[in-house]
Amino acid sequence: MAETIFALSSGRPPAAISVIRVSGPRAHEGGARIAGSLPEARSAAVRELRHPASGEMLDQGLVLRFDSPASSTGEDVVEFQCHGGRAVVDALLAALGSIEGLRPAEPGEFTRRAFENGRIDLTEAEGLADLIEAETESQRKAALAMAEGGLRKQIDQWQARLLGLSAEAERAIDYDEDDLATDPTLARESAKLAAELRDWLIRPRIEPLKDGLRVVIAGPPNVGKSSLINAIAGSDRAIVTDIPGTTRDHIEVPLSLGGVPILLTDTAGLREAQDEVEAIGVARAAALAERADVLVWVGEPDAALGHPRMIKVHSKADVPGRGRAPTGSVPVSSVTGEGITPLLEQIGELATTLLPLAGTIALNRRQAERIGEAAEALEMAAAAPECVLLAEGLRQARNAFDRLTGRAGVEDVLDALFGRFCLGK
Amino acid sequence: MFDVLVIGAGHAGCEAAAAAARRGARVGLLTFRAEDAGQMSCNPSIGGVGKGHLVREVDVFDGLMARAADRSAIHRRMLNRSKGPAVWGPRVQADRQLYRRAIGELVESNGVELVIAEALRMLVRRGRVVGVETSEGVVPCRALVIATGTFLDARMFVGEEVVEGGRQGERAALALAEQIRDIGLGQGRLKTGTPPRLDGRTIDWARLAEQPSDLEPWSMSALDDGGRPPQVRCAITRTNARTHGIIRANFDRSPLFAGAIEGRGPRYCPSIEDKVKRFAERDAHQIFLEPEGLGDHLVYPNGISTSLPVDVQREFVRSIHGLQNAEIVRSGYAVEYEFVDPRRLNATLEVRDLRGLFLAGQINGTTGYEEAAAQGLVAGLNAAARALTLDEVRFDRRTSYIGVMIDDLTLQGVTEPYRMMTARAEFRLSLRADNATTRLGGAALKAACVSERRRTYIEKHLDQRSSSAWAESEEGRADALYSPYIQRQQREWQAVHRDSQVRIPHALDFRTIPGLSNEMVERLRSTQPETLDQASRIPGVTPAALSALYVAAIRRTAA
Repeated sequence: MAETIFALSSGRPPAAISVIRVSGPRAHEGGARIAGSLPEARSAAVRELRHPASGEMLDQGLVLRFDSPASSTGEDVVEFQCHGGRAVVDALLAALGSIEGLRPAEPGEFTRRAFENGRIDLTEAEGLADLIEAETESQRKAALAMAEGGLRKQIDQWQARLLGLSAEAERAIDYDEDDLATDPTLARESAKLAAELRDWLIRPRIEPLKDGLRVVIAGPPNVGKSSLINAIAGSDRAIVTDIPGTTRDHIEVPLSLGGVPILLTDTAGLREAQDEVEAIGVARAAALAERADVLVWVGEPDAALGHPRMIKVHSKADVPGRGRAPTGSVPVSSVTGEGITPLLEQIGELATTLLPLAGTIALNRRQAERIGEAAEALEMAAAAPECVLLAEGLRQARNAFDRLTGRAGVEDVLDALFGRFCLGK
Repeated sequence: MFDVLVIGAGHAGCEAAAAAARRGARVGLLTFRAEDAGQMSCNPSIGGVGKGHLVREVDVFDGLMARAADRSAIHRRMLNRSKGPAVWGPRVQADRQLYRRAIGELVESNGVELVIAEALRMLVRRGRVVGVETSEGVVPCRALVIATGTFLDARMFVGEEVVEGGRQGERAALALAEQIRDIGLGQGRLKTGTPPRLDGRTIDWARLAEQPSDLEPWSMSALDDGGRPPQVRCAITRTNARTHGIIRANFDRSPLFAGAIEGRGPRYCPSIEDKVKRFAERDAHQIFLEPEGLGDHLVYPNGISTSLPVDVQREFVRSIHGLQNAEIVRSGYAVEYEFVDPRRLNATLEVRDLRGLFLAGQINGTTGYEEAAAQGLVAGLNAAARALTLDEVRFDRRTSYIGVMIDDLTLQGVTEPYRMMTARAEFRLSLRADNATTRLGGAALKAACVSERRRTYIEKHLDQRSSSAWAESEEGRADALYSPYIQRQQREWQAVHRDSQVRIPHALDFRTIPGLSNEMVERLRSTQPETLDQASRIPGVTPAALSALYVAAIRRTAA
């Protein structure tokens, strides 16, 4: 039986309203545990939304019920329309996740279910083929087109070499008249190809170019992180007050820095949280800082988190007594604008080391995973004690490439296709 | 009235007849001449890399080939000894006479009745085979296995000479060929060839490198009778630049290049003129000099099959080291023959559109005794099932080379003679010659086609797998060696399994699936895949077509 899945189906909060959808055989049961009771099918009702275990009220919102098969996915569906704050949405998602038998949806999973249950008509191959086609079309139009074409050529070339090695290994097994355990040339060539793939894997990835580099501002509460982000963004996107812990959740500001896309993120101040909501924010801030491409630390230099690409900021440089910055920290004043430009320059410098060089080919994560598998299989081949294991390593590498190009496993193809959708669509 | 009638007493036919009989069918084996049973028409060897795996698998079902090979083996070699147990290839050279005698005895002891006659035509009533009209009258049957090898409308070529007939001195089954063509089964022509046979007394053995028989006492069959004929020595020699020069100068006299032969030959075991032409950069090719029998002076020079004229054959043979004075007893020749499209067969080798008709062996486009025998087993077991309403016996490509071959043939068809190679088996590490009983023992017991002795052996073997001594056995050691790699394979295996769970409804009209090009529709219609996994292995079917098919199949099943 299908599992029951849930996800945020509307855009990223903050927003006026967020829509959370639950689909699957246990959707009604799960929905009722949050909302108390569900309305008639195909109608909406206002309900208090509570955590099923603690009973804590999370929000008041609109609940809609749909019965299988007359729903968007063809399964039983419950939809919550709640307030669009991040904390509310996260709390609701966490509440749903706490219910047994419910799990977060994979990207594209709603669409996929709708598709498999015949509820949407994008189907029928033509549509599918169009979609696949559309992907390459739009990418061709995108600035990355050249790089993509180049990658295909590169993959073709790797595959051709791999096929040549495989053919030679198979010939050695099925036709070689001299009974040799392994072929040193084959092992050497396999190692060479593996090393080449590894070289590619350490290159900058394509994601930062598409999604922007994640530059995260972190530090203890009330050191002026939000002021800094406002000064940088030149807008009042972040809420700035004097109360410590005001920024309970992170705020993202997309910027362009000399043509480099950057997602500047302000986070909650790192300290012992005073309440549950702040605790979530603090935990998230720590996680964000860890995953950041570049970390901007605002606070005492000695207290800084560990990060390979960090810029330390001496904030509030305009305040009397804070005129002198410790060595290695950039003095910045959000009030006077002092130090903002040097800071941005430093961010820009660090950022470019993470981006693919213009005109070069970059891999995305999925591609990198498959190529990593191929490299691993090739390394196994190179170290194999006997010919049949060498050939097996080469075969597994070929299989990784087949899955990379969509040659193998129809399920994989569809996963790749639906994986392109955003979560919850 | 026979339950099962088999036409042709070659490797496929004998195996088919005996297998059907072991399942309890009354079986007739129809052949031109009694002495044809078990004839090795080409090289006198059984087994090899990939082929040896097939022989061991047939043996698990109490087939004939392994036991006949053991009884007639005059030279044994485990090929690929140093390349890993997964690809060890047990191979024996057999004394022709002893082999034929062994097969004759085994066929008889399986209770098969010989019918000496020429098959003229099949009798079909209401879409079902009911018998065969022969030169000696009508022979009725419930199921029919045609295993006529190269005999369907075969032509032999020696240089510019062309002779009708599948083997030297034998007739081609013309009438039957026509009928098979009439019901739309014929596909095209393939060719195969043999080398000239030499008089061993005229070979200068002293000057040649010797290839001794293995000392370890391994056997082809798990049920080794122990009897061993004396072992002989083989020798190795090579062609040289002068040999190649002679061959090259006579290209225009070869029917291959002069255009007389249209059929495609095996890429993997080409004639010497093919090798010289295609591998122009190589200045030597290896030749194994294999004695044909203990009481026989004939020597089979493995590696120089040819259809060049007799005078050219003599000239190039004598240019070879050790063969300066060699006499040719029988010239080499090429055979061109008709084959059917195996994609018209089920995995049981039954013709999809004609109930009760099974095809096995070279007629399905394969080459080699072992490939033929394995198909014979499949056709025989299932012909008995058809005649006696027993369970079908199907083979899976994940657990046997037989399964790999049947799947390849019935799904992909052939464009050149199909020969078994270990490279064809993606689960090669699990499909070893040493673990055939483990892999197929259960299926053999279920098919109820084995002797009491075999049953005991299989049960004991399966029991031993859980004993502490297992790790020390040859099979146990190989299991341990490969287990980490096989675990890595599990993920792929699961993906295949998932796709094989997606069944394509029988009534699905591929033309109604939007987005499928006519070409894809044609490929799918000619193959009729039963599952998505099968569809994914049809050559030329694109990922986009598979997605469309997947969607259609899922919807149809859900509806």
